[in-house]
Amino acid sequence: MSEATVDKSQWLNLVINGQPVQVPPGSTVMDAAIKLKMMIPHFCYHKKLSLAASCRMCLVQVEKIPKPVPACVTTVAEGMRVWTRSETAIAAQRAVISFLMINHPLDCPVCDQAGECYLQENTFGYGDCGSKFVEVKRVVAGKNLGALVSAAEMSRCIQCTRCIRFADEIGGKQELGMIHRGDRSEVVPFVGESYTSEISGNVIDLCPVGALTSKPARYTARAWELSSHLSLSPHDAHGTHIAVHTKQNRVIRVVAKSHEAVNECWIADRDRFSYEALNSDQRLTQPWMKKDGVLVESSWEEALPFAAAALSHIIEEHGADSVGALISPHASLEEMGAWVRWLRGLNCDNLDTRLRTRDFSADASNDSLNPSKTHSPSSIDWLGMPIADIAEQRAILWVGSFLRTDHPLLAIRARHATKKGAAMMSVNAQRADWRMPVAHDWVVPPSKIAHALAQIIVAAQGLKKETPFSLPEELGEIVPSEVARAIAQQLIDANGRAAVLVGSFGLHHENAEALKTLSRVLAALTGTTFGVLPDAANRLGAAWLRAHPITQKGLNARSVLESPRRAYVLFNAEPCDHDQGAVFSRAMKKAQLVIMCSPFKPDASMTRLPDVVLPITPFTEMSGTLINMEGRVQSYQAAVTPLGEARPGWRVIAALSQLMNCPFPESDLHQLRQTFVPTADALNARLAPRVDLAHIKLDVPRDIIHPNENTRAIERVGSVPLYQSDAIVRRAASLQKTTWAMPPRVGMNRHTLNELGLTVNARVRVMDAVLLDALRTEPLSVEIDETLPLRTVRVDTAHPLTWRLSGVSGKVHLEVCDD
Amino acid sequence: MMKSLLSDQSLRLIETAIAKYPEGRKQSAVMAALTIAQDEHGYLSTDVLNEVARILEMSPMAVYEVASFYSMYRLKPAGRYTLTLCTNLPCALQGAGSAAQYLKSKLNIDFGETTKDGMFTLQQGECMGACGDGPIVLVNHKKMCAKMTREAVDAFIDDLYGSAGKDKR
Amino acid sequence: MNTPTMLNFGAGAILLSGLTGDNWRLADYRARGGYKALEKILENPNHWTPDQIIAEVKLSSLRGRGGAGFPTGMKWSFMPRHAPEKYLVCNADESEPGTFKDRDLLRYNPHLVLEGMIIAAYAMGCARGYIYIHGEIWECYERMEEVLKEAREAGLIGKNILGSPFSFEVFNHHGFGAYICGEETAMLESLEGKKGQPRYKPPFPANVGLYGKPTTINNVETLANVPYIILNGGQRFLELGQPNAGGTKIFSISGDVKRPGNYELPMGTPFTVLLNLAGGVREGHMLKAVIPGGSSSPVVPASTMLDTKLDYDSIAKAGSMMGSGAVIVIDNSRCMVKSLLRLSEFYHEESCGQCTPCREGTGWMVKILHRLEHGEGREGDLETLDQVAHNIMGRTICALGDAAAMPVRSFLKHFRDEFDFHIKNRRCQVQDYV
Repeated sequence: MSEATVDKSQWLNLVINGQPVQVPPGSTVMDAAIKLKMMIPHFCYHKKLSLAASCRMCLVQVEKIPKPVPACVTTVAEGMRVWTRSETAIAAQRAVISFLMINHPLDCPVCDQAGECYLQENTFGYGDCGSKFVEVKRVVAGKNLGALVSAAEMSRCIQCTRCIRFADEIGGKQELGMIHRGDRSEVVPFVGESYTSEISGNVIDLCPVGALTSKPARYTARAWELSSHLSLSPHDAHGTHIAVHTKQNRVIRVVAKSHEAVNECWIADRDRFSYEALNSDQRLTQPWMKKDGVLVESSWEEALPFAAAALSHIIEEHGADSVGALISPHASLEEMGAWVRWLRGLNCDNLDTRLRTRDFSADASNDSLNPSKTHSPSSIDWLGMPIADIAEQRAILWVGSFLRTDHPLLAIRARHATKKGAAMMSVNAQRADWRMPVAHDWVVPPSKIAHALAQIIVAAQGLKKETPFSLPEELGEIVPSEVARAIAQQLIDANGRAAVLVGSFGLHHENAEALKTLSRVLAALTGTTFGVLPDAANRLGAAWLRAHPITQKGLNARSVLESPRRAYVLFNAEPCDHDQGAVFSRAMKKAQLVIMCSPFKPDASMTRLPDVVLPITPFTEMSGTLINMEGRVQSYQAAVTPLGEARPGWRVIAALSQLMNCPFPESDLHQLRQTFVPTADALNARLAPRVDLAHIKLDVPRDIIHPNENTRAIERVGSVPLYQSDAIVRRAASLQKTTWAMPPRVGMNRHTLNELGLTVNARVRVMDAVLLDALRTEPLSVEIDETLPLRTVRVDTAHPLTWRLSGVSGKVHLEVCDD
Repeated sequence: MMKSLLSDQSLRLIETAIAKYPEGRKQSAVMAALTIAQDEHGYLSTDVLNEVARILEMSPMAVYEVASFYSMYRLKPAGRYTLTLCTNLPCALQGAGSAAQYLKSKLNIDFGETTKDGMFTLQQGECMGACGDGPIVLVNHKKMCAKMTREAVDAFIDDLYGSAGKDKR
Repeated sequence: MNTPTMLNFGAGAILLSGLTGDNWRLADYRARGGYKALEKILENPNHWTPDQIIAEVKLSSLRGRGGAGFPTGMKWSFMPRHAPEKYLVCNADESEPGTFKDRDLLRYNPHLVLEGMIIAAYAMGCARGYIYIHGEIWECYERMEEVLKEAREAGLIGKNILGSPFSFEVFNHHGFGAYICGEETAMLESLEGKKGQPRYKPPFPANVGLYGKPTTINNVETLANVPYIILNGGQRFLELGQPNAGGTKIFSISGDVKRPGNYELPMGTPFTVLLNLAGGVREGHMLKAVIPGGSSSPVVPASTMLDTKLDYDSIAKAGSMMGSGAVIVIDNSRCMVKSLLRLSEFYHEESCGQCTPCREGTGWMVKILHRLEHGEGREGDLETLDQVAHNIMGRTICALGDAAAMPVRSFLKHFRDEFDFHIKNRRCQVQDYV
């Protein structure tokens, strides 16, 4: 029971070791001890997991109870008196330690956990000295849990079952289990399988001993050699708190940092293991310049003046409009701020961060004075509620969201909600494995999502007769299906504690604005929260800074490539970061000048080598600020000094700016922050408010709601694979060894397969239905995937084999390859 | 729909077992289902575990846990007849030790081994709840043979060879 | 079913009386007056209210026959009155070494158990019941399937039993090789299709049991006594036994006696009477020790046991427990080190592995005992062994930890010289039995 919900007069009094404490009814002795900041040793207890009460380490003495009881499950009664260091308690603690130690290999000298091991600490703190055990110790074979979690030393396991409970309760699937019984019990994955969760690495933090350790960090450092630096994960919009552990100015590992409101105590595997890219040979450690068609090492002294002069020259000759600029939406406010200031100073409005966006139709009517708009363009789309509130919703409709891969930690909150009975519902082009109960999983081809939403709107309108909202004509002829009615009913029944949230597939869809508008209307009609799941770590920051064209002539992330420019400035943006990889690539080929700022050497998608590559620092090597999906402004500090000659991006931009004679006033980080980092109030004023039914208009083109029915065209459904999400993640070696990083295949259901006359494992290229050869994937294998609707094929985006094919949705053509 | 690894009869038996439990409590039938599957296949292969998981809408891991926890499920192939001799104290006092020696020498195998002809796997077992009739041998985890004197052992081994339609070695 | 155990009952027998080994069917049971108690209740529901039945059972002083000896009437009264979904589970997962009474009740007098169960369900308002049968006695499971079929066809279970408004469904559920499932919460886990790992209590099954609903778990023999209590009154049942423990008791005697088997005797019968009924110890041997209440009860030396009566208080006074009434007799040709090793191996094998002390401690004890038995004992081993047992006791979720520790401590207490002899001489003091 949470402290807030219970009247203080009902709280219970107890005394632990002579210290009085008050706790709400339902609290355990462990809760009370934690409140007193009193340590009761334990192994299996964890505040976020179900109670096992099996390690017996937390046995304490309670007045009038003859046997010692486990503090973790003993509920407090009024007037209870507890002793944690009485003779009875100490005897129990010593007994448990002696039992845990008899079969422990005592290999601390070679154990990664040494120095941060509960078993070590509790043995020193609560054990007895010496051992009477003279028998042969048990040996437990190592297990293969995949590329991330090492389970090579399972003899160290003390069977606390934390990992098992985590996988099931937080990860949503019973991927680990305890087989056999007695002292033959072993933690294992299912026969022949490994541990595939997108949040698997948390078991490393949870394991109280050295049984489960980080595979990539194995044997690289001792715990006491590491210094810990608080930071933020820049891989998605969650704003996840992490601790970066370093040794001799090198990142050795990343672990979770608890932040209850944001990430509780969990982090996703890409938050934990992406650091490998930071130490990889992919890093740029000094500027490079193209000479005689190849990139060669250069210096700041040479490269920076060259870049400034070349760009100035083009601007002088052809105007600032001949320059296009793209920056990663994962960049910090400081970097983006400097970059926007610099480009605007050059009078260039061809700048954007919305690299994966396809539908820019909202920009065309970019007029905040137009009262007919359902949504003010200056307002910033966001989650619509605090992250923690997701767990409190009674119903959520996810529109076009592959939640687990796009937002692994938000999926955890949604899982919490389902445990309290919430109905998760989805309208999407593929039935995803949610790893939580889903009440309604409505799967339609990408082009029919708008129609599905319209059906739910009509159903909601029918269910809420008193609403003043009048449906536009386009919706008049729509008859809602049973599932549409069920979804509408759930949203209405949730009595305001519900949300309609648009995910990445929806936001990157060719009709994204229509889907957002329909979702807004549905939310307003059902009295629920509207929100989006921002597609990048600093999407809200980019919106705050208006890091996009602000004039009619400015070119957005798509048009700036479709109308090739003479010069491009790329800030941590490569073709595979972009919705239109092939168009990107082609625009670069035509350009006279390409300046690239990146922590990494250009990847294979950069088929035209940049003229200058300027090495900038990744998040661990500089300070920065991000705004997460709930509008939380958070800063991080550098954990290590920059690698080689790399420099913080904002510093590089400031230097370019200086050299191009348009310096900006902010000369250091502090000043940049003062200018570009919003206060909470200022940001809140621009976060999109709850949609008001009275001020809403449904202005969605008819052909989007009613797509042509009589087509046998094949549609694509795609999303960014879990470990292709950004430049760092896709270069992290161990993440690339997981099953998530397998080469993409072309999925389709059996009917589609038969209709196309294909066979399983046939090799095909998927190509744009209109532009064919120009936009196409490499040859991929066909597989049966019954989670897809008819005439829909699944092809991942952003992968080295698929980045040339544009769009997450849209019509495609399949061509059989002979290879 | 792919053909089930289990025979129609096994599937029917599993359906009967599921019907014993309230709506939505299919998992309760897992012990019955595993027993039925083991009767059909002789042991529980990974594929069979997966099939039981599918039928009962359980996670395969949960099925595996159950199959490994209860001692009479076999996760590896065994002889045609698994003979489990209770060697617990009451049975031991009543002659399980000599029954063990006699069985081992007669079958020419030790505990945990299978005869060369694949007929018998011999193993030690724990209390079967029939101590008054000890020593006890359980055949294929189901048929209980009581008072295992030398003569009784001879008779029942012959009987099993007979019902297997094989000549005695 | 092959080789019937000799059925042994005296004039006072109420459970095994009239059994031949073949007369287990419904018609036979009816001929013995079966289901009269149920009819009596259903014909006069105004008198035989659930409260009245529970009061009668309380009066009878019937105590749980599974080992713990908890007063049955009181247990029934813990069930919440008005919960919509309640379960009754019959615990037939008997497998503590030495215990084999439930098997005979199930195969020779199954309808008696079922009638007791139906009455219990009526008294507690349970609409559904399960009989959890030890997997190794598969033939009993098959017989009970037949028995339930007979009863269902006769309208004794199912909807509107015997035309009354009372409905009760019963099903058999078999175990498959796990002693721990005899522990009532492990049994519930197993019934739910999980590993049989005991639950932490509280909450107790009467509040949170099978599928999270109020549940009562009663032993086979406990339930079998219920029809007698209804037919003859709690007072009469009480008078069959001792003031705080009514009725008869089936004693399962095994080990070094001439006629191992089940003997139904009044509570409080002297041990010597039981021993004589079982034919006494084997020819040429002397009684050395008795484990009077199943393998987990402390061993009692012959001299004490020969003066002890078979009831809860008397056996407690002798330093042990009545348990399930499973009497293991050990004569003077047996090595106590080897005997204890075999018992400890059982608990090591059967520990579910959940709690640290039991998981690790049972293995440690076996390792020490194995060395002692094989002539590799060391100075200090016995102190360590006793300490390990002591360290397990009272520190585990269920009673298996205590059950594993008690034999060790009692064997060391009463037969220390044999253990010392093993260490000093690296061999047995007595002739071995294999």
